[in-house]
Amino acid sequence: MKITRKDVEHVALLSRLELGESDVAKFTGQLNAILDYIDVLSKVDTAGVEPTAHVLPLKNVMRADEPRPSLPRELALANAPEQEDGYFKVPRILEG
Amino acid sequence: MELNKLTAHELHGRLTAKEVSAAEITAAVFARIDAVEDKVRAYITQTRDQALAQARAVDDKIKRGEAVAPLAGIPGALKDNMCVKGVRTTCASQILANFVPPYDAAVVEKLAAQNAVVVGKANLDEFAMGSSCENSSFFATRNPWDTAAVPGGSSGGSAAAVAAAEAVWALGSDTGGSIRQPAAYCGVVGLKPTYGRVSRYGLVAYASSLDQIGPITRDVADCALVLGAIAGHDGRDSTSVDAPVPDYAKALIPDVKGLKIGLPKEYFVAGMDPAVEKAVYAAIDQLKALGAEYKEVAMPHTEYALAAYYLVATAEASSNLARYDGVGFGHRGEGNDIIAMYKRSRTEGFGEEVRRRIMLGTYALSSGYYDAYYLKALKVRTLIKQDFDKAFGEVDVLVAPIAPTTAFKVGEKMDDPLAMYLQDVCTVPINLAGLPAISLPCGFAAGLPIGLQIIGRPLGEETILRAAYAFEQANDYHRRLAPLGEV
Repeated sequence: MKITRKDVEHVALLSRLELGESDVAKFTGQLNAILDYIDVLSKVDTAGVEPTAHVLPLKNVMRADEPRPSLPRELALANAPEQEDGYFKVPRILEG
Repeated sequence: MELNKLTAHELHGRLTAKEVSAAEITAAVFARIDAVEDKVRAYITQTRDQALAQARAVDDKIKRGEAVAPLAGIPGALKDNMCVKGVRTTCASQILANFVPPYDAAVVEKLAAQNAVVVGKANLDEFAMGSSCENSSFFATRNPWDTAAVPGGSSGGSAAAVAAAEAVWALGSDTGGSIRQPAAYCGVVGLKPTYGRVSRYGLVAYASSLDQIGPITRDVADCALVLGAIAGHDGRDSTSVDAPVPDYAKALIPDVKGLKIGLPKEYFVAGMDPAVEKAVYAAIDQLKALGAEYKEVAMPHTEYALAAYYLVATAEASSNLARYDGVGFGHRGEGNDIIAMYKRSRTEGFGEEVRRRIMLGTYALSSGYYDAYYLKALKVRTLIKQDFDKAFGEVDVLVAPIAPTTAFKVGEKMDDPLAMYLQDVCTVPINLAGLPAISLPCGFAAGLPIGLQIIGRPLGEETILRAAYAFEQANDYHRRLAPLGEV
């Protein structure tokens, strides 16, 4: 077993996902099967090989820091699940 | 022949000769949708009123004697992960079920500049994660060649719409094969451009170092037209390539004399359907007969590509999909505090495959596993890219299968995620290396289309279009329409 039920529960918390008991069991089995397959990579000698995060020879694409028109507030808020006085509204974050 | 069954280049000729109107073409496409859509289910959203208004505007231009662009008045479909201002864009996910973008994707702007007609938003696997279109949270699209079979994925709705003549052209997006594999399964042409060739501005992100938008059409000439319409640099996408866009129509030369084609034997994986293997070898023989030079090339890291892909793609997805938090847009679940609200929103909003990939990617990036999984995958990606660099020192294009089988049956792989992932084994290496590749039909097995893949050098779209065009013109697969609705 590469990944335990406890690992799955921890990864779910990091992913901000809720998992029921049956989900934990199912994902533990499926993720183990996938990770077993992925183990094929351990056969590859990658000593001295640089990682490729991105195939293009582009680095630090910059533009002039000039103000440009942005979305009007009402459009930016148009898809918000909840809003108040021109702001996004969320459940409480701070105790007290 | 009904107008909706013609290609864009044929329709453009009839439009400019004033033999037909754009309104008639669009009406023919909607009549076809009304006739077959309940069997195919390609569309999540149809935009009839806008489409007819776009068509009438083209007719007005033609009446005024103005020149019109090649795609003007030609109806097509967009995969529903591309933003259209004011039109619901769902990604086939419950989390975006009511999302109405406040802006247009770059490709949508470019199509509008050509006066192309958009008939609707096509179904996909949720967030483009899947190989069968069965992971849509709304409904599964069916294959127009056999409605018991999947259309492939994730751009299954786009490919099925084109194959069923419910659209003349479509756009898909390809992260690990999502344009090419459904094009192959549905017997149409699909092209994944070089990474950065088409702007991703306004494309809902899945795996940003792999995603690329491209055309799905009924023949290679239309593929060149649509690619020409959407390609080009865009400062709003920092990975956009700043290179001139050639006239792709000029690449449509029915001749491959002197072209060096290479065959990577490693793509004929264990478990490959012998009919697929036979069709691909027959295609190579045909290209040789047409004048191409041929040799086998070694690509020793091919067998590691799928594993590297599923780490890179899911890691990037876990980061990209962190934005779905129930705050700015998308579904919000109930929760007494903010963490509970995040968890409820995401658990209710994401389907099972999306949750599985977020979990895998989060694990691959998490403390203690990063080096063993994510970093290892990036190093293997380097070796895969080097295999291609070496091969392209010897040949001009590579020829390979698109998938190990033809379209499989609906439901066949839904309980086994790994079996579904293995469908992508011949397509993911190309995304890891950022190369252009085209899929086109090269035969049939038991009535289902087989796809041929032609892979090119970076920005080598013209060369693969030429090879594809030469092969297509020597055959008649592109003239065969899916049987659905023909009776």
